[in-house]
Amino acid sequence: MSDSLATVLLAMLAGSLRVSTPFLFVSIGECLTEKSGRINLGNEGVLVLGAMVAYATSYETGSPWIGVLAAAFAGLLLGALHGAVCSLARVNDVAMGIAIMLAGTGIAFFFGKPYIQPSAPLLPGIPFGWWSGSSQVQNALLVCPLFLLGIAAAIGLHWCFNATRVGLRIRIVGDSQDAALALGLPIDRIRFLATACGSALAGIGGAFLSLYYPGSWNEGLSSGQGLMAVALVVFARWNPIYCIYASLLFGAAGALGPSLQTVGITWGYYLFYAAPYIVTLVVLIITARGGRSLAGMPGQLSIGR
Amino acid sequence: MPSDPRSFPMMSRRALVQGGAALAATAGLGGTAQAAKDTVIGFIYVGPKDDYGYNQAHAEAAAMMKKMPGLKIVEEERVPETDAVSKTMESMIKLDGATLLFPTSFGYFDPYMLKMAAKYNDIQFRHCGGLWQKDKNPMNTGSYFGYIGMGQYLNGIAAGHTTKSKKIAFVAAKPIPQVLINVNSFALGAKSVDPSIVTSVIFTGEWSMPVKEAEATNSLIDQGNDVITCHVDGPKVIMETAERRGIHACGYHVNQAKLAPKAYLTGAEWNWITVYKSFVTDMKEGKPIPNFTRGGLAEGFVKMSPYGPGLSEAGRKNVDAVKAEMMKGGYAVFKGPLKDNKGNVVVPAGKALAETAIELESTNYLIEGVNGSIG
Repeated sequence: MSDSLATVLLAMLAGSLRVSTPFLFVSIGECLTEKSGRINLGNEGVLVLGAMVAYATSYETGSPWIGVLAAAFAGLLLGALHGAVCSLARVNDVAMGIAIMLAGTGIAFFFGKPYIQPSAPLLPGIPFGWWSGSSQVQNALLVCPLFLLGIAAAIGLHWCFNATRVGLRIRIVGDSQDAALALGLPIDRIRFLATACGSALAGIGGAFLSLYYPGSWNEGLSSGQGLMAVALVVFARWNPIYCIYASLLFGAAGALGPSLQTVGITWGYYLFYAAPYIVTLVVLIITARGGRSLAGMPGQLSIGR
Repeated sequence: MPSDPRSFPMMSRRALVQGGAALAATAGLGGTAQAAKDTVIGFIYVGPKDDYGYNQAHAEAAAMMKKMPGLKIVEEERVPETDAVSKTMESMIKLDGATLLFPTSFGYFDPYMLKMAAKYNDIQFRHCGGLWQKDKNPMNTGSYFGYIGMGQYLNGIAAGHTTKSKKIAFVAAKPIPQVLINVNSFALGAKSVDPSIVTSVIFTGEWSMPVKEAEATNSLIDQGNDVITCHVDGPKVIMETAERRGIHACGYHVNQAKLAPKAYLTGAEWNWITVYKSFVTDMKEGKPIPNFTRGGLAEGFVKMSPYGPGLSEAGRKNVDAVKAEMMKGGYAVFKGPLKDNKGNVVVPAGKALAETAIELESTNYLIEGVNGSIG
């Protein structure tokens, strides 16, 4: 029994390291965008487009790292489109985000057709499990450099929001348009940049999907992870550090279903597959009690106004 | 993410494009080069036709048909199992002049294909899956399917000869009879080599969910399973993960050796061209196309992938020998006495179920030696 428990825990650790990275990138990207007072539901489309562009570029150039850069650039462009259109008067950012989502997946499917069959070079993992004789541990601790980059980006973003002038300006624009106007801040430009940079991060999340885990390009690759990551931002209370925890938790909860089945706990796997969502629901219910708006939510978000 | 077709009460994308082409043709801007006597056949797939899986198996056969004289093949992929498929069928009939349609996905049959069949009763519809009933369904419809369980039995023999840990694995989508027959056949094939081999199965709950499939594969490998096969729509991720982790794999749907050159042992593949060719021959000879078509290895509906380098000489000989028996027809994989993994007798002693046995169509158990549960 303790053996099985160790297996499940190890699988959850491995799962949280493997599965969490796309959630992490999309959620900190979305966090940046929402902190400036805008929602970008299009990050699901950016994730898929990033995955396709990264895979295609890696295949064509032979270098997965150029693929990652290309994915970030593709995300930047799509985010810039969203940011630019939303700067126009009376454009609803939620509706526009859905349009961006459909456009991103559509473009990715259209240009991605020729890249489903070939195999592109993938990103190497960093073997943190070298000290262990067990191949399970070694495999669990084979960490993608993008995961570390994501953690660093989240910490950097947190520092930026709390300790830098740029971060302060983003927060002002996101929290109170009146205050931003009074200070003479270029609201549209700040939101535009925050949206574009946020989507570039989401694009890197896509690169992780196609170039590391599961590590191939096909049309079902994302299966809604970008949308879930947008929800994670609410769960993480618009705090980049909490985004790390939330992503790890989602990854671990996602690994619970398959690993329980391998150790012989085979009943109710649909229920275990729902674990990440149940956790989200419970946390939201506990933290969002009656009447007041969600703690930490930027004041200018269209869903909160 | 398929958009909800009900929110766009216009024409499908395809209808629009083709309408445009037809308009261009009548305006003298360009013509379709199609000879008037060509038979037009429409294929409809639920997923991408290069998914290394279920849809690709059909698309490969369609590609072979394209080379046959006197035929014009029209295809549409990624058609959701909604009203969208009705629109696709209608545009294939009206704009392309299709007289024979193959909607290949399970959910197309009822109500979409049946409704279209009632509306266009001079058009022939043949559905891949197996639901056609003589008294209930129109005579211009029908169904065809292959018994691929035997292929999974042969996969199991190959796996049984290859595994060192005596633990092998199956990544399955949903616990429906067709999937369970495959799991049970795979396990029985392995047990025919060594009765102590245990097969672990994981159900992902979805036909196509790459991240979950990768997670399941990794979990199974971590548990010491060293040969894996699957029944999901696109086995690409599972094969690639097996190759990367250095274990062996048996394919399903189509030949996946290219994805896992070292890992691949053999695979159970569809060979739909047999079915489609025979339908076309019937049509050309003016005979009615059969309404209910079934076949397995012996009939050429199913075939095995060429052996990969990981399969030993003894393994190859064993698979070859059993396959030769199967090719004679009437081979039974499920021979009593057989118990399920809860200890209940599912096939009594002295009874043998051939692949055509109607009892198998309601399989709702995993046999003894399978680690997993359908609940």
